[in-house]
Amino acid sequence: MATIELNCVSKTYTGDVRAVREATLAFRDGEFIVLVGPSGCGKSTLLRMIAGLEAISGGTVAIGGRVVNELPPKDRDVAMVFQNYALYPHMTVEKNMAFGLLRRRKHGGISGLLFHRAERRAELAAIDRKVLDTARTLGIEPLLARLPRALSGGQRQRVALGRALVREPQVFLFDEPLSNLDARLRIEMRAEIRELHRRTKASMVYVTHDQEEAMTLADRMVVMKFGVVQQFGTPGECYARPANRFVAGFVGTPVMNFIEGRVDGGAFVAADMRVTLPAARWPRMPAGPATLGVRPDQLRVLYRADAGASSTAADGASVAATVRSIERLGDRMDVAVMIGGTRMTARIENDDRLVEGGSVLVHIGLGAAHLFASGEDGARLGDAHDAG
Amino acid sequence: MRSRTEKTLIYALLIAGTVTFLFPLWWMVAVSLKTPEAAQAATVRGGIASLVPTDPQWHNYPDALMQMGSVRWTGFLDALANSVVVTILATAGTALSSSLVGMAFARMRFRGSRPMFLVMLGTMMLPAQVTMIPLFILFRNLGWIDTFLPLVVPAFFGNAFFIFMYRQFIAQIPEALLEAARLDGQGWFGIWWRVILPLTRPVTAITAVFTFIFTWNDFLAPLIYLQSDDQATLSVALNSFRNQYGGITKVNLLMAASLTTMVPCILLFLAAQKQFIEGLGKGAVKG
Repeated sequence: MATIELNCVSKTYTGDVRAVREATLAFRDGEFIVLVGPSGCGKSTLLRMIAGLEAISGGTVAIGGRVVNELPPKDRDVAMVFQNYALYPHMTVEKNMAFGLLRRRKHGGISGLLFHRAERRAELAAIDRKVLDTARTLGIEPLLARLPRALSGGQRQRVALGRALVREPQVFLFDEPLSNLDARLRIEMRAEIRELHRRTKASMVYVTHDQEEAMTLADRMVVMKFGVVQQFGTPGECYARPANRFVAGFVGTPVMNFIEGRVDGGAFVAADMRVTLPAARWPRMPAGPATLGVRPDQLRVLYRADAGASSTAADGASVAATVRSIERLGDRMDVAVMIGGTRMTARIENDDRLVEGGSVLVHIGLGAAHLFASGEDGARLGDAHDAG
Repeated sequence: MRSRTEKTLIYALLIAGTVTFLFPLWWMVAVSLKTPEAAQAATVRGGIASLVPTDPQWHNYPDALMQMGSVRWTGFLDALANSVVVTILATAGTALSSSLVGMAFARMRFRGSRPMFLVMLGTMMLPAQVTMIPLFILFRNLGWIDTFLPLVVPAFFGNAFFIFMYRQFIAQIPEALLEAARLDGQGWFGIWWRVILPLTRPVTAITAVFTFIFTWNDFLAPLIYLQSDDQATLSVALNSFRNQYGGITKVNLLMAASLTTMVPCILLFLAAQKQFIEGLGKGAVKG
């Protein structure tokens, strides 16, 4: 268990490709950190720099207070679980798990064989015990004698977990470990990893492109894009107070709805709507272009005969819309509506009266809405929530 | 489904091919079992009749081995021991060094690796005859003539063809496997020994069988570098059945001795066959 501190860490590949740009982050001891972002955002590169598999172009990485920039992977006391498991195909499960420990023995060399035979035997017995204990914890004890090719995907991933676990490293690194598993197994393993963290209290850094996985696993998460850290905070923070439009759009399903418009005289104005911005939340907003972001669960679809008229209210606005498509999820439904030229998604309670192509009124709630500076990565425009 | 005629044709072709390839071997067997006179006659006149040994002289085999070289039995046993030592060292050296260099070309990023790889491939285009004299002068200056060193030491510096084969094979091993080994505390050497070598077994089988057969049967290099009788390998010792004018006096014994020297190659091929054939057809490593 250890802290991890990244100070202005950068990675530049030949040809001036910058995979990670000056990432400064501090992970606490025993924390479950998730690095998340779309492919090519630099999250895996950052993880590999912590592991020592990738040279660091700039800045420093410290594990447990010790700068490890120049240390080879084996001396950093980290274990990693890979996306494709990376089990040694020629070794049994037991040997796969014991491999790292066998190589770190004090009396593993010739001198051990010749002069310290008792210590050597004790070491080997301890390794056997550890492997067996870990295998028991993960429920893979019956597989110990098998070769990796005789295992299913889920079993292989368990063995890979076991191989990392048995070493009891300071830091566990996970590089998209669940992406090769089917959806159901993924959810199962996710819970298992979470449980593992709870039990071991080890520092873990986990890379995924799946924001749902990030939200469910992380104590804190790092959202990245194009090598730049966009936000570092708890899943709750990233969801409720996204730093910018990218984070807002990336975190949460279905994706947040964005309406391009402008702030004008204390109101947000778009093509077909005008919403008064509560001054308590957005005091003294300067006029100019902006984007309004509303989560799908903040939209209410009102089935009203008088659809067509727009109205405004203090907590939001009701706007005329057309139902484009309906996706039923069982207990709820996602309704895609067109408001002017903008397509938006509303997640609502089941409502059998809605039909595709029908006219409705959509109420846009401002309670959890956000205003962003215009542009793809526009920063969230400060609101009174931040003051607290 | 193939038609009956097609099948028959294919079998006929295969049988014809087999007979053609086995004919010289059978001829050797037939001649090795004849009396000296009958063998001499067979080599001069030929004829189908001489292909079936009527009165097999089994004692030709021990006789041949006994008469090999200048001293009874000792000539054969010396040559056998020499061949075994040279061949085992050369085979181990070629497999180890080629896989090591192959791994470097496949996995290590270093300045000049590409030009170096091309130069190495270029050495394959160079006929052995071109380097024969410079090599001889080099080994003579090193004082290695009439020792096994010229036959063994170069093997430990890799063989371009096998390096190429190892490189192609190793390039297909998933990178994550090597990274896992690095995190498990392995350096490059440990990765090579504990991960790469076990995973490249089919290539090692091919390398070992080819190098073994080549070195075991090699006549020219031992002839050039080894001068004393007691240093001769089997292929050179077989030459003792020729007289000083280059003629062969005891052709039946030569054939018996030649057949005996072939045995290790055949046994090795049979033993390594499974790995070997898998290796020829296999391009990928299971991850």
